[in-house]
Amino acid sequence: MLGRASAFFAFVATLMTFGLLAQANAQETVKIGAIYPLSGNAASAGTFSKAAIELAVDIVNNAHPELKDIPLAEGQGLPGLKGAKISVVFADNQGTPAAGQNQALRLITEEKVHALIGAYQSGITVTTSAMAERHGIPFITPESVASNLTERGFKWFFRTTPVAGDFARAYSTFIKEQKAAGQKADTIAVVNENTEYGNSVASVIREVFAKDGLNITQVIPYSANTTDVQPQVLQMKEKNPDVVIFISYTSDAILYAKTMKDLNWKPSIMIADNAGFNDPSFVSTSGALVDGLINRSSFAVGKPGSVSAIINEMYKKKTGHDLDDPSARAMQGFLTMVEAINRAGSTEPAKIQAALKATDLKAHQVVTGYNGVKFDEKGQNVLASSLITQLRNSVYVPVWPKDKAAGDVKLPYKGW
Amino acid sequence: MSSILLQVIVSGLLIGAVYALFASGLTLIWGMMNVINFAHGDFVMLAMYTAFVVWTAFGGGPLMSIPIAAIVLATVGILSYFLLVRHVMRGPMIAQILGTFGLALLLRYSAFWYFGSNFKTLPDNILGPPFVIGDIRIDAPRLLAGTLGLVVTILLHLLLTRTALGSRMLAVSEDATAAQLMGIRPERMQAIAWGLSAASTGIAGALIATFFYTSPTVGETLAIIAFVTVAFGGFGSVPGALVAGLVIGVLEALSAYWIGPVYKDVIVYTLFVLVLWTRPQGLMGKA
Repeated sequence: MLGRASAFFAFVATLMTFGLLAQANAQETVKIGAIYPLSGNAASAGTFSKAAIELAVDIVNNAHPELKDIPLAEGQGLPGLKGAKISVVFADNQGTPAAGQNQALRLITEEKVHALIGAYQSGITVTTSAMAERHGIPFITPESVASNLTERGFKWFFRTTPVAGDFARAYSTFIKEQKAAGQKADTIAVVNENTEYGNSVASVIREVFAKDGLNITQVIPYSANTTDVQPQVLQMKEKNPDVVIFISYTSDAILYAKTMKDLNWKPSIMIADNAGFNDPSFVSTSGALVDGLINRSSFAVGKPGSVSAIINEMYKKKTGHDLDDPSARAMQGFLTMVEAINRAGSTEPAKIQAALKATDLKAHQVVTGYNGVKFDEKGQNVLASSLITQLRNSVYVPVWPKDKAAGDVKLPYKGW
Repeated sequence: MSSILLQVIVSGLLIGAVYALFASGLTLIWGMMNVINFAHGDFVMLAMYTAFVVWTAFGGGPLMSIPIAAIVLATVGILSYFLLVRHVMRGPMIAQILGTFGLALLLRYSAFWYFGSNFKTLPDNILGPPFVIGDIRIDAPRLLAGTLGLVVTILLHLLLTRTALGSRMLAVSEDATAAQLMGIRPERMQAIAWGLSAASTGIAGALIATFFYTSPTVGETLAIIAFVTVAFGGFGSVPGALVAGLVIGVLEALSAYWIGPVYKDVIVYTLFVLVLWTRPQGLMGKA
């Protein structure tokens, strides 16, 4: 009898041990869901961001002593979770808010991810992060800039990128400086795609410029998924503004570049608000048509041997392209999430959330040119910053502010 | 009339002629077989990539890519007919819709897989500098696309109405059984219709590639216009597609210029609904 009982206990004990082992095994990978446009009109940009996140996974999971300033790069995996590895489940938002939302739900309920990042287009970040909020899963957007994203009172939402207000102020100061230097900048046109991203950035620019006494004379909202932009360019040709600010995705950016050349019109200062104009496939197809374009960026490749240069080389080896700004920001958002999970020492959502709130990365610990990462109570990174770049021979060169510049601003805009 | 306004109208007409060309392939299939080809936009996409490959592999411009795209697409069209359409036509209407829609997704994701998601463009000066008449500038690729669009659409119409082959094809579309009794093979005619439709779509795609970007999803963007043009002009009517294409092109351009680009679709679709309200068969369709 006793023999049987002890055999039974032994059996139970074995089961329990296996159970515990299984649990320990389960903790060995941290699952992060990444929602990006992998099909649809922004697929090109989304695919470049995906490559940057995959590179970040490699940097965390494998030993990279050459990147020792970047948290978790030097060793293998997450020391805070006994060396656990990171795995990423990518999901395609197909360029629509509804598909993004469905994918977020799937990642949370079926893939059981511990955290989410995404979703490139601001309009899709709205719906995907709402899903994360409802299920209490930490969400970082590394690149969506629409101002209202951090105004919703969400508790699980964090944003590492600078926001529209930051760029609007940078553009305003930049234009005023150019004006003082003798450039013509009396009339300004804003041309924006009409979803969350374009509309919100345009309205913030209008607000900030009005306060700063800059004269916006023309606002042209349009649909990014358009077959023809000739009428827009002709509207500008007629009013002939000195400065044009484009807030566009990739396909429309390509059409503007071509059409402005076809119709032979250019302003004396042309500014692009990142996004489509930073997509490597825009630069390779249309870079030669928009030489001298002013843009914003949070990433610039530094001197050889610097963190940004090493990472750029790794990215180039992987994709054949230089690391572009939105993809670098995607990588930074991802690394911020992983660093917090490591500090949390757990995959429990509440602990990750607390760790994110306590994030305090210094300038030398980040890949992008931010002054660091530290979130305010709304989840916005207060140390995010951006600089102004100019396209020269299809390469974006930092030109402003002066202390971060690698060359002088050359105006008027050259074009083709 | 200000020169800018004139430029708006000219631009609208040129893009309208291209709409007409790629819509005429779609309307031809409908007129012949009462099948809506949901893969039509992706046929255009395939033709655009053909033009791109012709350029990168052989350095060939439109003169080379137009015939090649026409042949490649005609082959794709005939294959689609024999391997897919012929079979789904025996099923209910929904099978035809889902069948060609499935073909659309197959082509689109094959393009993603093979060409990647990057945008491609042909060199901007592939046809030389634009024509300048007074203050009006006409970009050479758009002029070629607009003119050839008109020519091919008219040729397609003449082929259907003035040749023995056209009569045989129309006979099959009127009554396949009766045509068969007259010694016409319906399957062969339908395969030819798919080949012709796809070939004209191939020409349209190779032309559009000279001034537009190419990406795996470009077909989605273009297909909507094709469907609207066909419904507006009348299902099955090639001259209808021509008139509708031109009207839509100019109307889009004018409303975008006068009222604003976000409103152009409202104007175009309002007119569209009004036309269908009074003439549900479209401008030139048979009632």
